[in-house]
Amino acid sequence: MRKLLLVAAAAVVPLVAAGCGEKPTVTVYKQGQYQGKPDMQPWDNEQFKGDKVAWEKAVKARTLGQNEYERVVAH
Amino acid sequence: MARMKFLADAERCIECNGCVTACKQEHEIPWGVNRRRVVTLNDGMPGEKSISVACMHCSDAPCMAVCPVDVFYKTSEGIVLHDKDLCIGCGYCFYACPFGAPQFPQDGAFGLRGKMDKCTFCAGGPEPDFSAAEFKKYGRNRIAEGKLPACAERCATKALLGGDGDVIADIYRRRVTTRGRGSEVWGWGTAYGKPEKQPAAPPPGGKS
Repeated sequence: MRKLLLVAAAAVVPLVAAGCGEKPTVTVYKQGQYQGKPDMQPWDNEQFKGDKVAWEKAVKARTLGQNEYERVVAH
Repeated sequence: MARMKFLADAERCIECNGCVTACKQEHEIPWGVNRRRVVTLNDGMPGEKSISVACMHCSDAPCMAVCPVDVFYKTSEGIVLHDKDLCIGCGYCFYACPFGAPQFPQDGAFGLRGKMDKCTFCAGGPEPDFSAAEFKKYGRNRIAEGKLPACAERCATKALLGGDGDVIADIYRRRVTTRGRGSEVWGWGTAYGKPEKQPAAPPPGGKS
């Protein structure tokens, strides 16, 4: 009986241990880092002279200008 | 400022291709490269719908994820741009892009494929603003001039809106509620529903 148990244990242990050796199969992608030249901010130029608020104001005015409900006065 | 976005209104687009022409003319884009194009569904049938498509400057851009040489970067306004000097023209970005935005010129340093070219939201590239190198590689930099993309600004019916995502969403929401249909579609509330009301501010001088 004891011999039978030993044989059974010897058969089961490798199967159980095999589960411990399993490695994750899902690839984890590494986020790349930009390799190119640095870019300037759109307000860092001769026109806006680093004035971010003025640039934002100009862009916002143009964006709101696309709303014809505001541009066209209802009669 | 929120992220810069495009918004195409299929109810208004009349397939005039004015946006395509504006883009081509503004950036002097060569033959065979279309940074923007108009796609029509059920063309020629009653109720056909058109939509103007280009790079949508995704918040989580798949082109950035797949590029093996990491040429893509995102500006502080959420515009997805790339450095052409490093591009190897592999075409991975084209396969990854759900909008077919990356374009490949048929001539140039890499023969048949060429370095990738795409919509820049009229924000140029990493070359110095307003320089000849920037214009040659990426086209005009209207964003640095305090303007919006040429396609959106030149759209006759204002089917194509461009700019701060929150502002153009407000414009579109008002448009849809005014015409009385369109807000019943699935996902409307998530995309264009107004944020929940903020709790009222306590009266001045009152104790909280």
